[in-house]
Parts: sequence; structure tokens; C-alpha cells
Amino acid sequence: MANKILEVKGLKQYFGTKKAPIKAIDGISFDVYEGETLGLVGESGCGKSTTGRSIIRLYDITEGQIFFKGKNVTEYKSRKDLLQFNREMQMIFQDPYASLNPRMTAGEVIAEAYDIHGLYKNKKERQDKIGSLLESVGLNREHANRYAHEFSGGQRQRIGIARALSLDPSFIIADEPISALDVSIQAQVVNLLKELQKERKLTYLFIAHDLSMVKYISDRIAVMYRGKIVELGEADEIYNNPIHPYTKSLLSAVPQPNPVYERKRVRIPYKHEEVKEDGKVIEAKPGHFVYGTDEQVGRWVSS
Amino acid sequence: MKKKILEVKDLRINFKTYAGEVKAVRGVSFELFEGETLAIVGESGSGKSVTSNALMKLIPQPPGIYAGGEIRFGGRDLVPLTEKEMMKIRGNDIAMIFQDPMTALNPTMRIGYQITEVLLKHKKIGSRAEAKERAIQLLDQVGIPFPEKRFRSYPHELSGGMRQRVVIAIALAADPKLLIADEPTTALDVTIQAQILELMKEIQKKSNTSIIFITHDLGVVANVADRVAVMYAGQIVEYGTVNDIFYNPKHPYTWGLLGSMPDLNNKSNELLRAIPGSPPNLIDPPIGDAFAPRNEYALAIDYEKEPPMFQISDTHYAKTWLLHPDAPEIPLPVAVARRIEGFEQGGE
Repeated sequence: MANKILEVKGLKQYFGTKKAPIKAIDGISFDVYEGETLGLVGESGCGKSTTGRSIIRLYDITEGQIFFKGKNVTEYKSRKDLLQFNREMQMIFQDPYASLNPRMTAGEVIAEAYDIHGLYKNKKERQDKIGSLLESVGLNREHANRYAHEFSGGQRQRIGIARALSLDPSFIIADEPISALDVSIQAQVVNLLKELQKERKLTYLFIAHDLSMVKYISDRIAVMYRGKIVELGEADEIYNNPIHPYTKSLLSAVPQPNPVYERKRVRIPYKHEEVKEDGKVIEAKPGHFVYGTDEQVGRWVSS
Repeated sequence: MKKKILEVKDLRINFKTYAGEVKAVRGVSFELFEGETLAIVGESGSGKSVTSNALMKLIPQPPGIYAGGEIRFGGRDLVPLTEKEMMKIRGNDIAMIFQDPMTALNPTMRIGYQITEVLLKHKKIGSRAEAKERAIQLLDQVGIPFPEKRFRSYPHELSGGMRQRVVIAIALAADPKLLIADEPTTALDVTIQAQILELMKEIQKKSNTSIIFITHDLGVVANVADRVAVMYAGQIVEYGTVNDIFYNPKHPYTWGLLGSMPDLNNKSNELLRAIPGSPPNLIDPPIGDAFAPRNEYALAIDYEKEPPMFQISDTHYAKTWLLHPDAPEIPLPVAVARRIEGFEQGGE
């Protein structure tokens, strides 16, 4: 079994006031193994993006622990520790129009991280690094001097990816990296992410709501609902043998590009069942985890 | 034979910009029968939204120009109509559902007012009380719980799915013959999307409305459409029944679209069949076939002459030189063929 690269334990992220907190993430625990892609799915507002942002320390978490390569990152305080952490973990954002500074050229966007971390000896080396990064994401060296508005959506997302790769991280959080792109461009970007993963031995936390794409790109999938991970397991297992009623409902709602199948597809409505105090994560099958009480999970497995 | 309610012939729409004239729609023709759903699929910039807005004559002029063609609705050409004449048709005969329900509704008005406004304008309903009663009926019909209470709500008090139901209620208020839905579910979660699609199909069944459904999601197309028009660079490149398009696609662009979308059977160790490159600039559309630079099967003639629409069957047309009798035989790309096989098996 591969090593755990990331361990999240009892993570809670509350917003709002102490008296009336908004529980965006309400106690979740999961591991990510080295070299795998963990897909995180759920509908808008379920806390999937917040999870990504909390892990990379864009928020101060309310409770819980996050271990990255065995060290608790929530305890990092010094600038040195944080810089080191940022080199290891990077993020790709959803909207390639909003996530690139319109006043910076592509080269500046990519090289900003080098400048902060002081990772080059002279101008030529800096220029070379920018060029090779652009090439590795399928753009040209000449693109370094252009501004964001001169690129199409797919090209911008490639710049976003090049920026995330600039510090040679081992872990990338991709927050809906393809949702804003056209179908034919989505496939290009997904293929690129897959190739880069192979070449650079990257680990991905892939956040998305497009279930077909998540199934395709992920090794394992975690399904979130109302701030909790309700089901987690191997991608095929989750798709073929879902246990939690929410997962079943979610899967039954995905339209497939297949008219014959679509004429027969019946959507399963979801009715939320409160999980009582003794709710916990139960390993229903090896490697397949479900959140609920013993009684509930027993009932779901047999239904 | 079903009644034909809409016929679009060689429609051309241009936009004047500082950089030059953008030819957004370049000769689009299709027809629509009573009670059927036509899906228009394409990427952003393919002209699908411009086409649908043009049907309602919602293209601002300037910068937009109706550069040619006809839009025959119930036998009457809409292109030369004045704004005043169009206002009688909009909402009444043709209604539209927009993508983003938050921007389609007025945030400062109660939803009840926004529905009764349509009723009072179009339906010749005399009294406000009568209009209110009908509006509550409509809210009930689109599946909004507690319609009497919701009548007095503001849009921000509702969720995205509920707002889209209100937009649909407004569109239905005057019993239109034609409903144009421009990506009505793109902004919604899959579970909500499924509910909205079910609602639209139910309404169609009841009132025999024709629907033009604009989307880029092939899953949604497979779900709602009777017929499909695939658009690329301002033109319809393939046109046929939903089975023609999904099980017997002929245009390389349609192959590309089908290949670039993973289905639940795709193995994760294989790459997707992405379409290389990006769509052309329509200020200066390429000579010949606009898809040629991205088409791995492009022939020499593709760069010289625009292909005509070849007829494949009674219902199925495609605009590619590959269908010319002299063209080399090209087998379906393996990835696409395998998916179609999987479809047929999975469907049975």
C-alpha cells in the first residue's frame, strides 16, 4: 500500500458567529495516498471547496488536525515552515478568468512563486524555467509575454496549471478545474492533468460536481453532503455499489450521453435521514466507508 | 404528419465590432414540429445562443445585423417585423427560459408580481384577483410548495432550483406554442437539474409545446431531445434524430464531442479523445470547412471549398466532405465506436 501523504482528522470549519455557526465542514476525516487522485463530489454548498481551502490553509480551521507528510500543518507558524509547506502543496482554481491577474503577463504569473521563494540564480535561468513550464502544459515559450486576456479559457487554465507546478509540488488541490471550460477543452485539460500526474508523480485532490469526469479521473471518491463525508471508497465501487442513499440519488440523477439508457433512467429521490449522536464512519466493505449509525448502514447495505 | 410550427431558412447574423464584423451565425436552417424538442448543441461561441436569441428577435441592433434568411413562425416571417409587432409574439407565442435564474428575475419585485405582469399583459385577464389566482395555479404546476405563500416571496428567498421553476412559470404564463430554453440547467446541481428536466417534459406532454433546448451537455441532450442540431462556428454541421446523432454520428466534430466526454464505462487509464486546438475566429471565418484545422480526417478539399449538407437518411444530414462519394472511407474512430457499442448493450 502506498504511503499516506495527507491525513485529515476530525476537520471542522465553521463560519459566522459563535452563537449561530454555519457548519461548512462538520467533522470529516480522510486520508490521501501518495500518487493517487481522490475525487471529492457533492452539490453546491456541501463544503467540498471549503475542504480544499482549509487543507491548504486559506482558512484557519475551527477544529481538527491536518497531517501532511506526517507533520501537523495546522501548527505551522513560522514563515520558513509555511514557505516549505507552500512549495509542497499547490492549488488550481475553478475560474481561469478570475484566478489570473489581468495586469501580469503569463510569465510573471508563473514566475511570481520563484521570486518569492528565490529559486533561480540569474535572469536566464528564470526565463528558462518559465519556458519549460509553459511547454510542459502545452503552450509555447513565446506565450510568456502575453497577458491573460490574450488567451482562451483552456489556455488560461493551462497557465493556472503551470503556476501550480512552478514550485514542483507533490500535492495539488484542483478545485473544479474544468467546470468553466467547454466540453472539447475539458478533455484536453483532463488529459494534461493525467499526463502531468504520471510524469511528476503528483497526488491530486480533485474537487468537482461533474460525476462522470470525477469517476474517470479519480482512483477513490468521497461524496460530501451537508458538511459531512457520507461515503468514501474506490471509484468503481462507489459507482457500481453505492450504499448511502444520497450517493444513490446523486448517481441516478446524472444524465448519460446515451438516449436508450436515458429513456429508462429513473431518478431516485433523496430523503435526508438524521444521523443520531452515535453516527460514525463504518467500513461496510473493505475500503468502502459509509457515515451513519450501525442500524442505518445495516439497512442501507441490505436494501 | 405533425404540424410544422417553425422554419428557419439560411439565417445569418453578424455583429459589428471594432475589430471587424463577426459572423456569428452563418446560414442556419432547421424546422420544428409541434410537441417536439430540438436540442442545439455546441461549444461557447458556436452561435447556439445567438440563434435562439435571434428567433425572439432579441439581438440588439446595432451592433447586431440580420444579414439574411427567414424565421417563419406559423407561416409568417419574423425578420421584417417591427418591435411593436414582436412584442405581441414574445411571451405570448414564443417564450424563453434563461440560463441563470438569478439574473432573469427582478430582485426588487415579488415573484407573484412578475408572473401576474405577464398574465395581465398577454392574457387579457381583466382583474388582478383573477391574475393572482392563475399565477398561484402556475406556481403549483411547476412544483413550488406553498404557492400562496411563495406568491409574496422575493427571488432571493428561493433556492436556485426554485427560482428556475419561477422562471418556467413565467414562461408558461401565456401558454406559448414554442419554448426556447437556453442552458436552463447549466447553473444547477445535477439533482436539481434532473427535477427541472422532468418538469419540462411533463409540461410538454400536457400542453404539446415545442421546445428548443440549447445546451452543451450531451447527457442532457440524450435525455430531452427528439432531434439534435450540432453547431460549430456558426453553422449546423450535423442534424438528425437523437438516435442518428448518438448511434450513427457522421461528422468528425460530433465524433469529437462524443469522444471527449467520459461515460461511466471509461477506463481511467486511457486518455480522452480531446479535440485539438480551439474554435476559429469568426471575424474572418476560414475558407472551406471551418472545422478542418482541428480535424484529423481533413481532406485537401476541406481547405478550399465549404462542404454542402449531405443527406444520409430521411432525417439525418451532415456537412462534411467525408460523405462525398469520392471521399475515402473512414471507419468510426475506435473510441467512439466502442462507446456506441457500449451504449447499445447498456441500453438493452
